[in-house]
Amino acid sequence: MRAPGGFGPWTAAIGLALLSLIPVAVVASAMLHPDQTLWDHLWRHVLPELLVNTFWLALGVGLGVTLLGTGLAWLTAACEFPGRKFFSWALLLPLALPAYVTAFVWIGLLDFTGALPTWLRENWGIAQLPPIRSRGGVILVMVLALYPYVYLTARAAFQGQGRRLLEAAQSLGVSRRRAFFRIALPMARPGIVAGLSLALMETLADFGTVSVFNYNTFTTAIYQAWFSMFSLPAASQLATLLICFVLALVMLEQLSRNSRNYATSARGGGGARRIVLGGANALMATTAAGLVFLLAFVIPMAQLLSWTYAIVATDLDIRYLDFAWHSLLLAAFGATLVVALALTLAYAQRQRPTPAMQFTARLATIGYALPGAVLAVGFYIPVAGLDNLLINAWHDSTGQEIGQIFGGTLAVMLLAYCTRFLAVGFGPVETGLARITRSMDEAAQVLGTTGLKRLFRVHLPMLRAPLLAATALAFVDIMKELPITLMTRPFGWDTLATRVFEMTSEGEWERAALPAVAICLVGLLPIFFLVKHSDART
Amino acid sequence: MLALDHVAQSYGSKPVLSDVSFVLSPGQIGCLLGPSGCGKTTALRLIAGFEKLSAGEIRIGAEIVSYPSHSLAPEQRRVGLVFQDYALFPHLNVEQNVAFGLSALPAIDRRMRVAEMLDLVGLGHEAAAYPHQLSGGQQQRVALARALAPRPRLLLLDEPFSNLDVELREKLSLEVRDILKQEAITALLVTHDQHEAFAMADVIGVMNRGVIQQWDTPYNLYHQPANRFVADFVGQGVLLPGNVLNSRQVEIALGVLEGKVDGECSEEGGCVKCEKGCQVDVLVRPDDIIHDDASLLMAEVERKAFRGADFLYTLKLPGGGRVLAQVDSHHNHAIGERIGIRLGIDHVVAFRK
Repeated sequence: MRAPGGFGPWTAAIGLALLSLIPVAVVASAMLHPDQTLWDHLWRHVLPELLVNTFWLALGVGLGVTLLGTGLAWLTAACEFPGRKFFSWALLLPLALPAYVTAFVWIGLLDFTGALPTWLRENWGIAQLPPIRSRGGVILVMVLALYPYVYLTARAAFQGQGRRLLEAAQSLGVSRRRAFFRIALPMARPGIVAGLSLALMETLADFGTVSVFNYNTFTTAIYQAWFSMFSLPAASQLATLLICFVLALVMLEQLSRNSRNYATSARGGGGARRIVLGGANALMATTAAGLVFLLAFVIPMAQLLSWTYAIVATDLDIRYLDFAWHSLLLAAFGATLVVALALTLAYAQRQRPTPAMQFTARLATIGYALPGAVLAVGFYIPVAGLDNLLINAWHDSTGQEIGQIFGGTLAVMLLAYCTRFLAVGFGPVETGLARITRSMDEAAQVLGTTGLKRLFRVHLPMLRAPLLAATALAFVDIMKELPITLMTRPFGWDTLATRVFEMTSEGEWERAALPAVAICLVGLLPIFFLVKHSDART
Repeated sequence: MLALDHVAQSYGSKPVLSDVSFVLSPGQIGCLLGPSGCGKTTALRLIAGFEKLSAGEIRIGAEIVSYPSHSLAPEQRRVGLVFQDYALFPHLNVEQNVAFGLSALPAIDRRMRVAEMLDLVGLGHEAAAYPHQLSGGQQQRVALARALAPRPRLLLLDEPFSNLDVELREKLSLEVRDILKQEAITALLVTHDQHEAFAMADVIGVMNRGVIQQWDTPYNLYHQPANRFVADFVGQGVLLPGNVLNSRQVEIALGVLEGKVDGECSEEGGCVKCEKGCQVDVLVRPDDIIHDDASLLMAEVERKAFRGADFLYTLKLPGGGRVLAQVDSHHNHAIGERIGIRLGIDHVVAFRK
């Protein structure tokens, strides 16, 4: 028997999968007709630096976020020390700061003319700090901005372990401390790897931070190829290489996903009893957590606010109404679109829960791994092509010249946003929908509630929290998104994020602070969701 | 081998265990039996070292492992523990799970011991499997092998069979008992299921509200319960009001019971001698009621439960009151029918009112 609408789920899912595959295909097709001279040029003058830079950045950030994220997760999940409850959720707050904001604040603070070096010079005669604009500097800032990804997943893994297994280890003669390395850590590994691969995807996708640091990576090179060299082929070829790295990460993440089931298979005995740290250990734990919180959140936020305070009277003018309006418009429109598509995909998967459908859903949500710069190129090329077709057709039939139709409109941007952030919306919706079991549907059905009535009386009320969470997450992600906005926005169409970029590229930290503060404050919104719905409060 | 001496524990002001004392001799299998919340699991966790006691002491072998101001760390007690949910390490395969507590051994001895343990539980062929690939019964046996591998002085089992279906439960409990006996292991299990307790244990402590009500053999628990709680919790039966005629006779609705009134009569909180005229409750088990068509005493069938080998009838007595009767399964009587019964009690258990 064919369920009604049996065709619908597949159409929707395949359509969405195509949406995310188009930019990849477009970019990769540039490799089919490689331009030899261009390739030689890239290979000789550009790629060596990019590869070396990317390698060190990924290695440094990977190591840093793993150590910091796992360590802090273990402290707050399994130990007891003064301030633990506070740090449990406070350590998530840096998620509200886009990495490029943390970056320019730290540069502003530590640059030669910055507050701290000036003070050190004048009062202590310390002539020079190690330069912040260096490979070490980028890595440090990125670690501070991205460690929460690992912290979040590792903490959930540690907390899911329960105390039975640790007790079992103890009854076999293994102490709590050694059990960390033999039980807790190996079991949390899938969670840690999942967080790590997300952090690394963000690292590879990052454009704003590395631009502030003048640290050349693939994303900055794609941007330059586009805007300085006006070479779409060069941009495409660079993007293809970047996609190769990203695909390796996606595979890593999938592997961790597949082995994750065991982390929850034996979690009896309630939460593990915490190891109570005493004396010096407790002091060290509190200091470590406090230091990270200070460096990653308090100092950047305080500096932002103080710069804003200094500048707000002179710099806040009518243009800001435009920036804010553009940001809100894009974020609201984009988030609504993302959540609607996510809901469609989640329902398609629910109606046809086959392996093929799951695979299609995976493809459709692959966009979170694709750097914004790649998506911008991947969507711009076909849209420009379509425009040319239409323009030529129009010219041929009427003899009149017209400008571009889709290119330079919000359409390209919104397409790219939807592709990149569909996974952000899909995650909460899928989880929420899974909580509505088949038997609930059937219970509603035997009580005479079906179809739309069931959607409104059963599903939507139960999905309210996940839908809100999905909207909030997508909203903030779009608002702080930089490369897509920068590369595909209509001419002169500035948002808060592009304003930050513009000011930071001129080294005007104080004037960049004003729009940055707005982004960060809005960014705190979904963190509250995260804290509320994760177990970070305990 | 294991001795608990006036052990008490409380959470805040709420006592969880009070004055728990018992001894297990080497090779003996003991059991703490009781309803949930009776304190049996707390007792087990105290012995394992996961909880601290507030009074008394616990000895394993000659070593005092717990007293109020001291508690030897669980990992130093050399006590094996089989968890209710098995708590197998999901990231390790069967072999690695069993080898987990053997890291002090040289590699070759470790391999031999693991092989030996897997043979013992009959899982030699599953050494490379991961826990989630095994059935419940197999997981349970891996848990046992893992706990036994480091040669613990004492094995603790927490509701070891409660996650298995009934048939497997019976089969496995006998199997585990054979293994423990074969290896001469001192063990203590905790359960709320009397069948499990009867199948496994040499000696059983029935617990309620943190107190051991009776520490005895399964046979005695059934036939000579020390108080109403034990009589009610272990086995089936009803209490019928009785009137003591003299030290050898009690009169109940079904007639006069002859035979020794054991201990004259027992009473919760100590035995008080019961003289003529004393009012008591007499325990009547289903197997004390014998169906006899020739009997003049008739009772009405009120409910019946077919159990395969026999029926369990609930019978309404002429003077009110009900008894349970275990009757051969070919005596199929309809509800409402009146059938002849007689008493077959050779040992009177009576509790003073």
